Amino acid sequence: MGANRVAVIGVGQTKYTAVRGDVSMPGLIREAAFRALEDAHLTMADIDAVVIGKAPDFFEGMMMPETYLAEALGAVGKPLFRVHTAGSVGGSTAIVAASHVESGVHDRVLTIGWQQQSVSEAMWALSFPIPFQQQLVAGAGGYFAPFIREYMRRSNAPDDIGILVALKDRLNALKNPFAHLHEPDITFDSIKESFMLWEPIRYSETCPSSDGAFAMVLGSESAAEASAAASGVRPAWIHGTAMRSEPASASGRDQITPQAGKDCAADVYAQAGITNPREQIDMVEMYVPFSWYEPMWLENLGFTPEGEGWKMTESGATQMTGDLPVNCSGGVLSTNPIGASGMIRFGEAAMQVRGQAGDHQVDGVNTALGHAYGGAAQFFAMWVVGSEKP
Amino acid sequence: MSPSREVAVVSVAQTPQRRAATELSEVEMIQPAIYQALDQIGATIADIGFTVSGSSDYLAGQAFSFVMTLDAVGAWPPIKESHVEMDGAWALYEAWLKIQAGHADTALIYSYSKASPGDLPRVLSRQLDPYYYGPLWPDSIAMAGLQARAMIDAGLITEADMAEIAQRNRDAALSNPFAQIQGSASVDELLSQPMMSDPLRRHDCPPITDGGVAMVIAAGDTARKWSDRPAWIRGIDHRVDSHNFGARDLTRAPSIAIAAEKAGVSAGKVDVAELHAPFTHQELIVRTELGLADDVLVNPSGGSLAANPMMAAGLLRIAEVANRISAGTADRGVAHATSGHLLQQNLVCVLEGE
Repeated sequence: MGANRVAVIGVGQTKYTAVRGDVSMPGLIREAAFRALEDAHLTMADIDAVVIGKAPDFFEGMMMPETYLAEALGAVGKPLFRVHTAGSVGGSTAIVAASHVESGVHDRVLTIGWQQQSVSEAMWALSFPIPFQQQLVAGAGGYFAPFIREYMRRSNAPDDIGILVALKDRLNALKNPFAHLHEPDITFDSIKESFMLWEPIRYSETCPSSDGAFAMVLGSESAAEASAAASGVRPAWIHGTAMRSEPASASGRDQITPQAGKDCAADVYAQAGITNPREQIDMVEMYVPFSWYEPMWLENLGFTPEGEGWKMTESGATQMTGDLPVNCSGGVLSTNPIGASGMIRFGEAAMQVRGQAGDHQVDGVNTALGHAYGGAAQFFAMWVVGSEKP
Repeated sequence: MSPSREVAVVSVAQTPQRRAATELSEVEMIQPAIYQALDQIGATIADIGFTVSGSSDYLAGQAFSFVMTLDAVGAWPPIKESHVEMDGAWALYEAWLKIQAGHADTALIYSYSKASPGDLPRVLSRQLDPYYYGPLWPDSIAMAGLQARAMIDAGLITEADMAEIAQRNRDAALSNPFAQIQGSASVDELLSQPMMSDPLRRHDCPPITDGGVAMVIAAGDTARKWSDRPAWIRGIDHRVDSHNFGARDLTRAPSIAIAAEKAGVSAGKVDVAELHAPFTHQELIVRTELGLADDVLVNPSGGSLAANPMMAAGLLRIAEVANRISAGTADRGVAHATSGHLLQQNLVCVLEGE
């Protein structure tokens, strides 16, 4: 952690859905922002600075929208900051917001991640034309499918591990009223029979394209104590934050278990005093847009030795009833407004620590990890939140 | 609680600021500046605790354009890194926060754009309210024209005053080898030119520029090790005004006055000011809101009227003030950066030698 203590003192989110046609971009963001402020027992007037993040501006067809949003965010006369770090942006944005408090500059910061993917077609927006990239892939799934195939080859994982992850996350989503996909009839067989999109990724092993926003209020120690006294909900103290990046292509780079992810985890664990992540972390919200990324990140994050992640998934350890519940919210596989997805991971981790997760709450969460990644599995953002002051 | 660490600009480098860097990709364009900024202090990327950049996908014409530009840094082994879709001055702000928070002692900041492939004034219209302004496609020059007209109508400025501002900035750029426009015609000649967007003539508008800037900042003793005369950041703050231009007094930019007060502009004598005022009339708004005395040297680099690389022109102002402080030609200076149309969002940074 940094020089001054910081805690999550309010969270708010929209219902996620394929098309939120009833609200404009400011309307969508305000919905999440006001819920977070209400949760913190604060109003916009109490906020010192606003830190926002989203993925590419082309998705909504608006360049650098922060200036347009100044009034909707209650930011006129205040600092308004915009982050963009690819798919990890929601996590990075939360970390930049935390820096505003850790640095001692501000006491109460509102941070929001969002995307309205219904305005455009994200798959083709991420299929770059020549001269930017060779025309070999279609969408993010096309890019990641070969990495997954390579993981399966290296680890000798059975073919059905991805199906198990998808089934778990989609069933978890039924316990989260905000999740985009609610598929009560989903089964192992229905996932297995869904059509192959990017071999080995099936349709039901793929994230949806969502509209939605997630907001948090971060507070200094005094602000956290005041909000907790007013709301009766304990703060989620930030025990560590870390970001790492590596190039999309570099000689010696391992795209299956990137060094940047390992370094980022080591950094955030060191800050949080975590030496045995499997023992000390109670639950994880992990960025899993394609089912196989659960076992891949379990290894990259050091929860299990390399090649063994699939065994953890297969054993049921990552179920809500397991010893390391992963993505109790339903995860990215059930909800994916790209610019918000990282912040949802960070915010859901905080909700678990605060005991606010409702039907998908895990009992006794004192330490939780939020994880996000982006680009060609090259940008990482993580934080550890806990019930005790760091 | 208040930020407690001493942080200084210790090295800056910029690309030549040009109308069109046609033969260069963005990586090829910015990489020499990044490495020059590091080489000048004998540092490598391994010595840098945090790296952060500013750029815009809309100018690059591609989603996630900054991902490829990371190649210019040499981010291997992996680095602590972030990116803002804002001018590099705000990237500097993020780096300054990181150092204040104790997460780093040193930082590399860079920002850049190639505006030349597109129709920049029209591209910038996509930054406007998409319901009320955007459908009219008012370009950045037409928008600025409304503001200049409000200034003239209020009796605050004349077309001749504006031409004098253009002449002073462009003549100042004669001593700036990186500037795109160096030297000016006389005020009378400028005023004889046709209108571009009444009351703005070509000289009232910034050039369209491809280019970038890189900077290294460091805390305390590391700054003193890397620079004989670091440019200490004594205050830095940014604020935003309303986007409802029709409901705002366009002759004012209240966010600049707030940022100036928070950054402590008036706490000492200002020797030099570099103002990010892309249009001539905006220089008067910025210097008025900052409360600068008449004897302050403004834009000795030529400012953004002589070179205006989008996403970098704000950070470039801070770099120019830092250069003057490190060179010993100024003791205390103010730099200003802006974002959006009509000076809507503003950052103010106070730098000082010791």
